Amino acid sequence: MGGDRPSPLLSPISNFARRGANSEAANLPPSGGDVRQDRGGREGSQLARLSALRDTPGLFQMTVVLNQPVATTAANPARRRRLSIGTLAPYLQATPLALILGTFLLLPILMIAVVSFWDYDFAAMYPDFLTTNYADTLGSWVTWKTYLNTLKYAAIVWALTLLIGFWVAYFLAFHIRTTAMQMVLFLVCTVPFLTSNIIRMISWIPVLGRNGLVNSTLVQMGLIPKPIEWLLYSEFAVVLAMVHLYTLFMVTPIFNTLMRIDKSLIEAARDAGASGWQVLWNVIIPLAKPGMAIGTIFVVTLVMADFSTVQVMSGGQSASVALMMKNQMSLLQYPAAAANAVVLLVLVLLMVAGILRIVDIRKEL
Amino acid sequence: MTNTTDKKTGISRRSLLKTGAAAVGFAAGSGVITGFPTIWAQNPITLRQFGTGVSNLNAIADKCKADLGITLEMTATDSDAAAQRAVTQPDSYDIADIEYWIAKKVYPSGVMQPMDVKKLKYYDKIVPLFITGKLTPDSAIAQGTAPHTVGFVEAQDAKTFAKEPTQWMTMVPTIYNADTLGIRPDLVGRDITTWADIMDPAFKGKAAILNIPSIGIMDAAMIMEAMGNIKYADKGNMTKEEIDQTIDFLIKAKQDGQFRAFWKSFDESVNLMASGEVVIQSMWSPAVAAVRSKGIACKYQPLKEGYRSWGGGLGLAAHLEGAQLDAAYEYINWYLSGWVGAYLNRQGYYSAAMDTAKQFMSEDEWGYWVDGKAAKGDIMAPDGKVMEKAGAVRDGGSFVERMGKVACWNSVMDEDRYMVKRWNEFIAA
Repeated sequence: MGGDRPSPLLSPISNFARRGANSEAANLPPSGGDVRQDRGGREGSQLARLSALRDTPGLFQMTVVLNQPVATTAANPARRRRLSIGTLAPYLQATPLALILGTFLLLPILMIAVVSFWDYDFAAMYPDFLTTNYADTLGSWVTWKTYLNTLKYAAIVWALTLLIGFWVAYFLAFHIRTTAMQMVLFLVCTVPFLTSNIIRMISWIPVLGRNGLVNSTLVQMGLIPKPIEWLLYSEFAVVLAMVHLYTLFMVTPIFNTLMRIDKSLIEAARDAGASGWQVLWNVIIPLAKPGMAIGTIFVVTLVMADFSTVQVMSGGQSASVALMMKNQMSLLQYPAAAANAVVLLVLVLLMVAGILRIVDIRKEL
Repeated sequence: MTNTTDKKTGISRRSLLKTGAAAVGFAAGSGVITGFPTIWAQNPITLRQFGTGVSNLNAIADKCKADLGITLEMTATDSDAAAQRAVTQPDSYDIADIEYWIAKKVYPSGVMQPMDVKKLKYYDKIVPLFITGKLTPDSAIAQGTAPHTVGFVEAQDAKTFAKEPTQWMTMVPTIYNADTLGIRPDLVGRDITTWADIMDPAFKGKAAILNIPSIGIMDAAMIMEAMGNIKYADKGNMTKEEIDQTIDFLIKAKQDGQFRAFWKSFDESVNLMASGEVVIQSMWSPAVAAVRSKGIACKYQPLKEGYRSWGGGLGLAAHLEGAQLDAAYEYINWYLSGWVGAYLNRQGYYSAAMDTAKQFMSEDEWGYWVDGKAAKGDIMAPDGKVMEKAGAVRDGGSFVERMGKVACWNSVMDEDRYMVKRWNEFIAA
């Protein structure tokens, strides 16, 4: 995805690598296999430097690598035959992952897509090619309202987690001096994640309820005459729980990119007379964009697919796309749920594509 | 069928030993284990029973093993999954423990076989509600999928339900009850007498109904009718217009903020009530007991319009034959013989053969649970915990008072799919 676009923002490392690759390529005969192998090697050395989090962009690079030779080898059939083992090696290397993704990701998705065209009654599904499931899904105002509602949650939760996540990551990266302390505090951030999602969510109920901690404290202090109703079983509660559940997914990638910012850039900015805000706005935030983009992908996909938080925290009063799907599945209307799943998948993929279009998450890798 | 397969597997097992252990394992998994021929009769027979959880009780399986030597393998699912499994995997169970409205969907597909009432030892003891639809000769027949309407078929191989009791019974009733609204008597602050009270503006933001479409719509119908908004021809089988009217009413009430929450599971309803988030809601009787066991006042309030009732029964899979079929009859006869009935009665449900259950209950237990009398001593749950203190009277009174006032039964509508679609709109609105 835009992987080969020459970018003026390439980091020195990849600039160096690119220069190296160019010169090597110039010395070698124009063979697809060789160039690819060389790239593969560079890819490998680069990947070695990457943290676990950056595997995703790694995949994108791999796609590029795999795509490239197809065009070049086609132009040089003779070359290809002679270098068949060399040509095969990377395919073999990619085979395990391709098999796993194919069997456990692509195949199920394909099945969902197929089933979404089937007919059904309460007991069984009948292979068919009907568009009624889609017509029902897209033609109903419930779907549109539910999608809008889910998108609203996604937008609010994204904005809040980004703000909080950046803040926390900034504090960890720039205000904590020692690496050891940074790691300790980062682990502290992950402590709530030692319990399950459901427990973290449900523990809000006694806090926010009508006779919960917050309300009873406020009433006893005489600040409010009677309990606030909208604390629990409301959209507020849903957003609160989601922000609580998903902020770490924002903190981690942003923290990671912030840690990789060359401190000399900040010094240079200061030397050039930039104020603290200007450094933040013109240096740190632009360089943190890839982390923010990765965090955004996590948070947006999680919120779009959430059903338990919405169900529990809204007391069943609010709808989300996944909840709608779950309702359909519990009534055994699998094809309808599958159609819904396909629509959601397309929407989320478009959103992710949009994010990747705006921010080149590879550039910091 | 079981006998013939047994012979076959006997032979194939020998040949399979040559061909490979994996294949033997497969054969064992596919029926050798469960279908022992009669020569093995002194060995325990296994019956696989699946159902909706309420009556899939381990205590029953243990007692069955002890009394009959029959091993019961129980699987619990929710009702929609039970309906699906009954139809799509008829070989995966021997006994279906399902609700009557599920039977209405499932039985016509031919996966079950009827029972010969001549082989049912306690057929005469079964409460007439399941035979004629009338608890007492002069009681009215309730709306919805009343059990007696799907309780019989004309002949052994018939797929359509008989209008009158016949020799062939589709399901033997096991467990049933009458549902109503649960309230917090300490918080409602007034007498609750009708289903319409849940819509009282005084309870704005403090009411809840359940979010299980097929049951929720019935509660909504009870409320609608009690408020005088509509008169249904049959609450259990609404027309599209009736569904529209009911859902539109619910949507309006939701947007006005009448409801605090919609619950889906038993524990949600318990927590809503126990925490005081909700003071009046649709509820199931064990949930009321669970709230009370926390020391919080909770009442299963009888209402003047009557109860919404549900009932389940045991049905035989079509593939049962020979020794296994005999064992299944033996199991069902045992089920009706009293011990299980007493066990279920003590949980606040009702058993199908009340007379036999009575012999297994103390006079005080019978008085409290069935006759609606004040308890003389503490009333214990089957697990030995104190459920009610001495002096307590059961909400709604005696068996006849409660089951005699059933307004409608849980049911499946002809416009089921449309109803579910509209219900989803209500939840999304």
